[in-house]
Amino acid sequence: MADKLKFTIDGVEVQAEHGQTILDAADAAGIYIPRLCAHPDLKPIGSCRICTVVVNGRPQAACVQPAAEGMVVENDTPEMLEHRRNLIDMMFVEGNHFCMFCEKSGNCELQAMAYRFGITAPQYPSQFPDKDVDASHPDVMMDYNRCILCTRCVRASQELDGKNVFQSIGRGFGRKIGVNGRQALGDTDLNVDDRAADPTICPVGCIIKKRVGFEVPIGERKFDHEPIGSEIEKG
Amino acid sequence: MLKEAKIKKICKRFGNDRTRMMDIVREIQQEFGYVPPKYYDLIAREANTHRVEVQSVVSFYTFLSDRKKGKIIIRLCEDIIDKMAGADEVAAAFERELGIAFGETTDDGKFSLEWTACIGMSDQAPAALANDTVLTNLTPEKVPEIIQALKKKADPQVLVTECGDGNNADQLIQTMVQNNICERGEVLLGDYDLEAGLRKAIEKTPEEVIEDVKNSGLRGRGGAGFLVGLKWEFTRNAPGEDKYILCNADEGEPGTFKDRVLLTERPDLVFEGMTVAAFAIGAQTGIVYLRAEYAYLRAFLEDVLNRRRAAGLLGNNICGKDGFNFDIRIQMGAGAYICGEESSLISSCEGMRGDPSDRPPFPAIAGYRVAPTAVNNVESYCCATRVMDKGADWFSGIGTEKSAGTKLLSVCGDCERPGIYELPFGVTVNELLKKVGAEDAAAMQVGGPSGQMINPSQFDRAISFEDLPTGGSIMVFNKQRDLLEVVEAFMEFFAEEDCGYCVPCRVGNVLLLNRLKQIRNGKGVTEDMDYLEKLGKATKRMSRCGLGQTSPNPILSTLENFRPIYTEVVRDNTSGLQKSFDVLEAMEQANEVTGRQSVLFHA
Ligand SMILES: Cc1cc2nc3c(=O)[nH]c(=O)nc-3n(C[C@H](O)[C@H](O)[C@H](O)COP(=O)(O)O)c2cc1C
Ligand code: FES
Repeated sequence: MADKLKFTIDGVEVQAEHGQTILDAADAAGIYIPRLCAHPDLKPIGSCRICTVVVNGRPQAACVQPAAEGMVVENDTPEMLEHRRNLIDMMFVEGNHFCMFCEKSGNCELQAMAYRFGITAPQYPSQFPDKDVDASHPDVMMDYNRCILCTRCVRASQELDGKNVFQSIGRGFGRKIGVNGRQALGDTDLNVDDRAADPTICPVGCIIKKRVGFEVPIGERKFDHEPIGSEIEKG
Repeated sequence: MLKEAKIKKICKRFGNDRTRMMDIVREIQQEFGYVPPKYYDLIAREANTHRVEVQSVVSFYTFLSDRKKGKIIIRLCEDIIDKMAGADEVAAAFERELGIAFGETTDDGKFSLEWTACIGMSDQAPAALANDTVLTNLTPEKVPEIIQALKKKADPQVLVTECGDGNNADQLIQTMVQNNICERGEVLLGDYDLEAGLRKAIEKTPEEVIEDVKNSGLRGRGGAGFLVGLKWEFTRNAPGEDKYILCNADEGEPGTFKDRVLLTERPDLVFEGMTVAAFAIGAQTGIVYLRAEYAYLRAFLEDVLNRRRAAGLLGNNICGKDGFNFDIRIQMGAGAYICGEESSLISSCEGMRGDPSDRPPFPAIAGYRVAPTAVNNVESYCCATRVMDKGADWFSGIGTEKSAGTKLLSVCGDCERPGIYELPFGVTVNELLKKVGAEDAAAMQVGGPSGQMINPSQFDRAISFEDLPTGGSIMVFNKQRDLLEVVEAFMEFFAEEDCGYCVPCRVGNVLLLNRLKQIRNGKGVTEDMDYLEKLGKATKRMSRCGLGQTSPNPILSTLENFRPIYTEVVRDNTSGLQKSFDVLEAMEQANEVTGRQSVLFHA
């Protein structure tokens, strides 16, 4: 096998290892493809579709699609920008997102993504669904109003903690993250030190540790000064 | 027996195997009328998994429930064709007779009423399921008798006083369902020599069989039209000891009921085709994924399989061919349209929820149990059998250049002769309308909700992969029909049936449906057409699987082919205010809290 394969993203030649995804190859080349459900420590699953790029004319999720020799990838095009914006809007209106009251504000990847795309208000009508808050666990709480169903917690628990605290349940618009306990999070074996409870796993403010809120003040948070994706673009 | 012991016994019957979770929870539901959440831990322990995984499966399928339901569940088909045939009046009669609303269970725990998506009986609508028993041609007048009979004896089979034609009257089926075969073609429904295809196939090498199927031009009949021979070749060439042959009998696309008739009248042709595929690919195991709505065919199909085993057509050394070993099992579904999508179907066969998977890898490389797997439609296997018997040239000589063979069409809606038509590909819509007795048709939905709606100026087009593709569903609408109502019903279907895995499909379908409802409620503005079009295109383009990639089609194809149905009801927005926003309605809660009307906004 040749050591590296070559393909282009928006006309720029990029190298990739065999088996590497388009997203990982782009990261290595300093090209940022927006993503929400992907996380560097977790297996990708392609659910948010924000990372969709056009590969040889067909839309594909960059986080799961393996790079191939000679493929032509379109990333930063007006069409993809518009559709990604649409997806971000969809995520906002399917939940109840009130950034001004949310502990994750400034560290929230969804919020940061919206800012990167210049979104000030979603174009679609808010659905205002009825969602639960689960405060049953002594150290961790879940606010389902903010969940975007990226399943990063599901995968972190399975892949990094060797547990099975979370899993998707239901289907369609009623789909949600279920917990492996009789009733609620407090009935599971989730530990506050689990990676699944780590604030960098949940991209939004759904899984939150208790008693540590606002330790870092607003204004000094991750995305307060630079847009999401900057660290990749800086190489 | 104690409940715990019963559950343990069921788990044990399926080898305490988590990949048989679908069968385990189906049996438990049969036993208890639901899958009691208080036993999730026990089921998980017995099947070596986690309780949330059990919940994950139970909560995915509409025929599974975590709440106690009635001994008899009446599921009335809510498809638009059934609605046109009077399903709402039948529903009202059931509600009157039982004193409960849809979604409820009677206090005595005897009956539950539910709506359900198309059950594959659109040619004899309105139709319903009473547990596994199919009830067809319902009328409000029949409902009191039905309930009375069921109250006397809680066995829905008492309602079958007269059986349908053909094998519908078989001892093991005993259903009132009619085949409604209106036209037989030479490939599927004409006379054929039993086992001739299989016997000829095993005289050849597997490579020759694949070559024949490729040369015949046979394309998949489930909708996507992929070359069957090519799929078999990929699967044969994929590395792996164990390989699998899956038959897609999920038939979930509303208005499709042709696999129902093939499974009833040509089961041997289906199994023979799977066996040919097994020979060509080198597979040892086959699975028929049978939709829950067709459970009434299960015992019959099991019996056919047994007969085939006894005749040496399944099992070891099939037809005396040394080392050709293959057997087939039936996997029951549990009510999920998405499980017709091949990767979802595989997940479901593995005992999981039916979320689709990413491709690559394709099933041909890593499918069922991560082994090379060929998934084909019921009709595709039947065609393959016939190709083996009559030859590739014979088959490719029928139909058009790019669409070889005949197609089984299931026609329903506003026509004189709804039913099954086996016609060569290339037949025009006009020719078809003449056959079915619907020359006054105002619209035709080709390929089910995921297909397209065409107007009379397009009726000279041909049913074929290159022009108007369809998995079989043909719905006819006359000029009295409210086509926006049809579109709304289709969008309801998708919003109900999408798996929710990816954002565009989960949210896009709901937003499309909501805006459509507003338009139908007279709150639409001209800009809404643009909104629907953009949102529809975004949903199609960004969705992960075929469901979301086609679900906006009812809206997009009517915006294109029936634009007046929108322009007639939307109005120009002259005020600049959002018409869909009703300020008085929005104030209601506040008024209630303050105990007075708003000073600025009041009635
Ligand atoms: C949402 C969805 C539902 C589907 N339902 C069915 C079905 O009920 N029956 C079927 O044969 N194929 C169905 N398909 C197509 C299958 O994914 C697959 O292409 C087919 O079974 C392959 O067999 P074929 O090549 O013989 O048609 C569906 C696809 C999608 C995206
Ligand atoms: S990051 Fe690829 S689909 Fe979410």
